[in-house]
Amino acid sequence: MADYFFQTKQLTVGYQVLPVLKDVTIGLNKGEILTLIGPNGAGKSTLLKSIAKQLKPLGGSVYLEQQELAGLSGHELAKKMAVVFTDKLYTEMMTCEEVVASGRYPYTGRFGILSDEDRRIVEESMDMTCVSELKGKDYNKISDGQRQRVLLARALCQQPEIILLDEPTSYLDIRYKLEFLATLQRLAKEKQLSVIMSLHELDMAKRISDRILCIGRDGIERYGTPEEIFTEGYITELFNIRTGSFEDGSTDAELPKPIGEPEVFVLAGSGSGRETFRKLQRAGIAFAVGILYTHDLDYPVAQALAAQVIAVESAEAMGEAHYKEARQMIERCQHVIVCREKFAPWEKVNAGLYRYAETYREKNVEEWIDKQTGKNLKRGE
Amino acid sequence: MEKCCIINNMNKRADKMIIISKKEHKRSKGRYTAAFCFLLALLLFLMACNFGIGSISIPLRDVIDSLRGLEIEDTYENILWQIRMPRAIAAAVLGGALGLAGYLLQTFFHNPIAGPFVLGISSGSKLAVALVMVFLLGNRIRVGSGTMIVAAFIGAFLSMGFVLIMSGKVNSMSMLIVSGVMIGYICSAVTDLVVTFAQDADIVNLHNWSKGSFSGITWNNVAVMSVVVFLTTTVILWLAKPIGAYQMGEGYAASMGINLRRLRVMLVLLSSLLAACITAFAGPVSFVGIAVPHLVKQLFQTAKPIIMIPACFLGGGVFCLFCDLLARTLFAPTELSISTVTAIFGAPVVIIVMLRRKKERG
Repeated sequence: MADYFFQTKQLTVGYQVLPVLKDVTIGLNKGEILTLIGPNGAGKSTLLKSIAKQLKPLGGSVYLEQQELAGLSGHELAKKMAVVFTDKLYTEMMTCEEVVASGRYPYTGRFGILSDEDRRIVEESMDMTCVSELKGKDYNKISDGQRQRVLLARALCQQPEIILLDEPTSYLDIRYKLEFLATLQRLAKEKQLSVIMSLHELDMAKRISDRILCIGRDGIERYGTPEEIFTEGYITELFNIRTGSFEDGSTDAELPKPIGEPEVFVLAGSGSGRETFRKLQRAGIAFAVGILYTHDLDYPVAQALAAQVIAVESAEAMGEAHYKEARQMIERCQHVIVCREKFAPWEKVNAGLYRYAETYREKNVEEWIDKQTGKNLKRGE
Repeated sequence: MEKCCIINNMNKRADKMIIISKKEHKRSKGRYTAAFCFLLALLLFLMACNFGIGSISIPLRDVIDSLRGLEIEDTYENILWQIRMPRAIAAAVLGGALGLAGYLLQTFFHNPIAGPFVLGISSGSKLAVALVMVFLLGNRIRVGSGTMIVAAFIGAFLSMGFVLIMSGKVNSMSMLIVSGVMIGYICSAVTDLVVTFAQDADIVNLHNWSKGSFSGITWNNVAVMSVVVFLTTTVILWLAKPIGAYQMGEGYAASMGINLRRLRVMLVLLSSLLAACITAFAGPVSFVGIAVPHLVKQLFQTAKPIIMIPACFLGGGVFCLFCDLLARTLFAPTELSISTVTAIFGAPVVIIVMLRRKKERG
């Protein structure tokens, strides 16, 4: 633990005397990205605030370059650590450029007058986060997404060695979300900037993080690399997901599966069925799927949405047993939706099933779904 | 937008940007200079008006002559030097102090309609001064400017303390203002009681004073208030940078390494001191503290403290000189209380601010 650029030792954080998180011990090297994930209200922001010295820790300590943060003056710290938090910023009559320039605070003189060098750094920072177009605009009159990028520029302007961000991408559209995180990643690599941030986008967290800290309802649960964190079923447990499901491999979230006995059999595979599964989910029609290899693109979605999945382990071959099971299912449902026409040589069983299903096949899927929805509605009444 | 994030050309672009930003910088600098000149000219003009206009009007030439040290008619000389000059200078200095106090309180509470009068600070110090005056006059002790300031400061500080306690208890800004107004009413009521039941003849003055007026100010008063206000303003100007950071929000200020607690204490002390100084000499003056910072912001198109501090001072001076001129001359020989006039011009500004804020939120 001794050589980390940034580390906390047995850090306990909270408000007044009530600890929110206990014994947080983490370490981060220069240029690494640490992401905090976990449910709302678990204490991610509290931890970030305590690291930024905006909240007094209840115990333990934080170190930056082996130096205890408590011993560092606010001014010195401001040159090393920048924060982008969610507090409201009062920016009466300030242009975006002025907001960004406010990040130069620790470097300017008594009256805060910007030098040419300061101005150059302001421009550079605005360029890096793609907000140069906004420089003359009133900060109060731009969108939330633009604000998040302006705030990042402000933080970069501070030329920090470590940057703390609290849900920095929550208002960004997908393009800017990617650009924002790519910028962070680039800075981390090029300028050896260390990043600690909380993210609600698990897909992004999994892709960008060097380390992830999972904060659950009862404190720190896991700390490690994305591969160590995203193990089967863990996220469901961390967030206590009760409705719908989350798939750790693809980081896809699905809405809850339709309830009831399967009404239709979907012949899918090779990724041909996913959209049909979701369509059926939207219509509220329970369905069965077969026969899928567990490595099939359709498999995780089927697993999340189908009432029953007839599946084969990837190393095994499809056999008579699977075929029989599928046939039984088709007979029970009396309806089949066929998502694919062609089958690989090793999928002879599926090809057979295709021929068998011909009599039950619904040619016009849309129409059938509409009809079925109507029937279900009537039954509901 | 397309060029965004392309690292090539970035340096070239950055260079160009700096040139543009320098130009913009110059333009705003020009605006600031022009606005300062405008305020200064207005101040001189109103000062001259205040010297010359009154129940006896003094020709401008005589005013100038007298200022240059030439002999003029004795009546003129007396009126000018003993009455109008100290009064006009006091109006300018105290007006400036009021504008500045309003700006500090608005910054402190992040609330555009905060001010020493609205928050009850003026009334608190008024009460303290009234009590001290009645007590001392009753015991036949003369009341000097220093005593008045100290009393006013204690009163201002106590009511500020109350406002701070309230601000810790109520989260909403409008509730804070309401509690300030209530405190103001209570203090005013008690002051009126004290004034009504005090019998000494001197207290007629006190009555006048408790309504707010720049009349009866001596050179001695002017000297004391100028020293206090000048020192306070210098300290405030010295704090312009942290005040600017504080203005953007406490979280931001903290992340810039500012000692928030110390800055807060300083802001409270300085604004109480300014408010106390005004109350000690002119009684409570309403709305200047709210209206001036807002008008000045519109004029300068910025809220930066480094500009706002001197600008609010000048603006407050101009506003009070103007209002005092009207108070003296509108229904002469009857003099209006200064708050009557400042309210007429200041209150609409407050209404406009509130309407605009609502629009921005909605």
